[in-house]
Amino acid sequence: MTLTDRSARIRFLKSLLSPTLTILGMIGVGIALDIITNAYVQFVILLMIANTVMATSLNLVSGFTGQFSLGHAGFMAVGAYVSAWLAMHPALAGAPDLLKYLLLPIASGLAAAAAGYIVGLPSLRLRGDYLAIVTLGFGEIIRVVILNSPAIGGARGLYGIPSAMPLEEIGLSAFSTQFAISSAWCVITVFTLWRLVHSARGRAFLSVREDEIAAEAMGINVTQTKVRAFVISSFFAGVGGALFAHSVKYLNPATFTFTKSVDFIIMIVLGGMGSFSGSIIAAAVITILPEMVLRELQSITGVDLRMVIYSLLLILFMILRPSGILGTLEIPDLLKRFKRKAVQNG
Amino acid sequence: MAERQDHREVLLHAEDVVMQFGGLRAVDGFKLTLHQGELVGLIGPNGAGKTTCFNCLTGVYKPTSGRVLIRGIDTKPLKPYQISALGMTRTFQNIRLFREMNVIDNVIVAGLQHARHTDFDSIFRTPRHYVEEARLRERAMELLAIFDLKEKYDLKAGSLPYGDQRRLEIVRALATEPRMILLDEPAAGMNNKETEDLMHLISKIKRDFNLTVLLIEHDMRLVMGICERILVLDHGILIAEGTPSQIQNDPKVITAYLGAEEQA
Amino acid sequence: MESSSSQEFIQHLINGISLGSIYALIALGYTMVYGILQLINFAHSEVYMVGAFAAFYASRSLGLDQHPGVGALIVILAAAVAACSILGVTIERLAYRPLRKSPKLNILITAIGVSLLLQFSGQIIFGADPKLFPEVIKDVVLFEIGGVDVRSMDVTILVIGTLFMTGLHFLVHHTKMGTAMRAVSSNGGVAALMGINVDRVISFTFIIGSSLAGVGAVLVGLKYPKIDPLMGTLIGIKAFVAAVLGGIGSLPGAMLGGVLLGLCEEMVVAYFSSTYRDALAFGILILILLFKPAGLLGSLQREKV
Repeated sequence: MTLTDRSARIRFLKSLLSPTLTILGMIGVGIALDIITNAYVQFVILLMIANTVMATSLNLVSGFTGQFSLGHAGFMAVGAYVSAWLAMHPALAGAPDLLKYLLLPIASGLAAAAAGYIVGLPSLRLRGDYLAIVTLGFGEIIRVVILNSPAIGGARGLYGIPSAMPLEEIGLSAFSTQFAISSAWCVITVFTLWRLVHSARGRAFLSVREDEIAAEAMGINVTQTKVRAFVISSFFAGVGGALFAHSVKYLNPATFTFTKSVDFIIMIVLGGMGSFSGSIIAAAVITILPEMVLRELQSITGVDLRMVIYSLLLILFMILRPSGILGTLEIPDLLKRFKRKAVQNG
Repeated sequence: MAERQDHREVLLHAEDVVMQFGGLRAVDGFKLTLHQGELVGLIGPNGAGKTTCFNCLTGVYKPTSGRVLIRGIDTKPLKPYQISALGMTRTFQNIRLFREMNVIDNVIVAGLQHARHTDFDSIFRTPRHYVEEARLRERAMELLAIFDLKEKYDLKAGSLPYGDQRRLEIVRALATEPRMILLDEPAAGMNNKETEDLMHLISKIKRDFNLTVLLIEHDMRLVMGICERILVLDHGILIAEGTPSQIQNDPKVITAYLGAEEQA
Repeated sequence: MESSSSQEFIQHLINGISLGSIYALIALGYTMVYGILQLINFAHSEVYMVGAFAAFYASRSLGLDQHPGVGALIVILAAAVAACSILGVTIERLAYRPLRKSPKLNILITAIGVSLLLQFSGQIIFGADPKLFPEVIKDVVLFEIGGVDVRSMDVTILVIGTLFMTGLHFLVHHTKMGTAMRAVSSNGGVAALMGINVDRVISFTFIIGSSLAGVGAVLVGLKYPKIDPLMGTLIGIKAFVAAVLGGIGSLPGAMLGGVLLGLCEEMVVAYFSSTYRDALAFGILILILLFKPAGLLGSLQREKV
């Protein structure tokens, strides 16, 4: 039964296949979207990708590890400003364009992860709801610091953030290039988080969510596990911020308020705490909804009902269906169930 | 008291352990020496402080005073997970499984401290990830098989019947590869037949895994059959220690322990 | 020269204490609910906001700003207290009670939901633009001691703040309901076994905590007369920090924490810089969590309610 080294190596090589194929597929999707959609729809799609990265990363720490963070927008802000600042920095002007924009999210992620470590280390030792308040406070502090930093635009905001040049020689327009970069990072995020959670080491996150005392008694270093989840989650929040910065091309500290963090919480609550598929679906819906539907509603009623509807959804879901739409199920689980039923029936 | 000199390795040594909660001394002057291969029972009426003792020994509580040494190492500065790494594990009186996780994942998590792969390996699905995961899984299945839980490996732990949950707690504890296991009322809520089976199983795993066992039991008759040595706790104080026959005939035990039971 | 700087210092001291006693009033609501349900009641800051608007509308419909004075003050206080206690108890009944047995995380998320719902429906109902709070107390210099102005506003705030906090102390320590509150806070399960109606005690706690928020809202309205539907967010977080600083669950802690935070803010603005005024509370929060997570009075004098 024991796995031989040879078959383990083969499995490793096979495991590289699916993310690579997904990224290549996404590039194709980008080219198709470029042809069939207009600039506004394309903008919404780029936002959707950044939000997917944000929601799935928040789900790791809140959904899978059970630690409630209210400062995800703060880590996003760190990533967004780091990436924008580096992209505009003259020292990097000579760097190869595509490579630069592919790698900037790493710098953003590292900066956000460092912030996550500093915030998480003291507060994760404490009772759960303190983390909520500390992360909320952290988000606000980040905002105040940006507000008071003229070098990155201060209260006026940061304009004219560059993004990758179109790669016309291989048929990629400005949008398809950014789409390729964004979706590559989105695929990396989802695969990383998925593979981490769906491994023995990832089960440690869940055990902490389920019962800290039992986890500790079974040899799990609970504080270290929480910090690990928090740092990884912050890293990808930074990545999401970078994608956001180069998609929107304009940053303002007012974007990264508490309400922004609540957006991501709504996504993971609606999709299901502990389901990446749920987060992805909810991120898509919650990004599209205000643009396509609520905008119409607002033009009819004359008032902005977006947050009223969101907050009502949050309360109703908690009371009536606290597990969200998918609970802890993932799309593959659903397919398996579906298949099993089909086999039983026929 | 057992005066016989014991030359086996001392795994656990607790002396003068006191646990004070506000004005209440839940444990007062507890002492215990566990040797390799012993099966010792800790009995006492409800509220005698048995579980509090366990919590002091496993690091869930930091004793107000006194010392707990595991294989000669003072556990005072250690956190529970570090104590687990010293080879001591436990089960919980009020079952504390990871309810929303699969049966097998409950066991795999407990084996993690002996796995050699890192987050990096799992993220990149390196060969080492596959080798280690397969090893953990295989080991978990072996343990589940001993306790007749193999067929239920992919059910949610919280959905198991009560008796299965109790046994899964023991499987999970064994997955930490302990030298010493502390069982907190493992038979609570089971019927006579189940309890008897469980006691046989405990004797069996003790032999097969070369374990040292400390067993809390509320009902003194259960432990008489399998324990070599029994400690009796009442109101946080050790009132007797000895072989089952010594304990059975100890007048202090009969008055304090059985008296309390009659009242209840 | 020296005397003028010490006069200035005393002036800041008075300002800080008066601001701090407002924080304290609101912090009490957080600490009481936390003591009894272990819940950070995020909606508390919106209850406070609604209190300010209740006072505003009461004054406008009765034309009280034309007749300033103690009578007018009492009327708008009553309006704010009534609105806040009804709202507080409704929130508990509709949103928190159905979740009493759910995981704490779910209740916390619900609390955030209620807070946002009130903020944004407040923007629709009251309008997003700031309103001018009625000037029911004229801010005049009452008297002067050694070159320090004692203004009517600060005196009003201090008198009302002290009055209500003393009232709370009496209520908690010398009434049956107060005893029941302390019992539920120290152990809800046992309290229920002793025949205490836990649901009623919780409702009562929400009424008292929300009323104090209403009082706080009127005092803030008097001191900083611009009110808007988002006015609760920042002061709410600060009051919560005050509660943590004093030791969450502890009533004297909330009062001490509130006054300390008010003083710190006033002094930082006076002697350092005003830009980081709002970040100060979070800095204090992080320091207290690092070095004394139980808060100043949390472990010593754990008078939980």
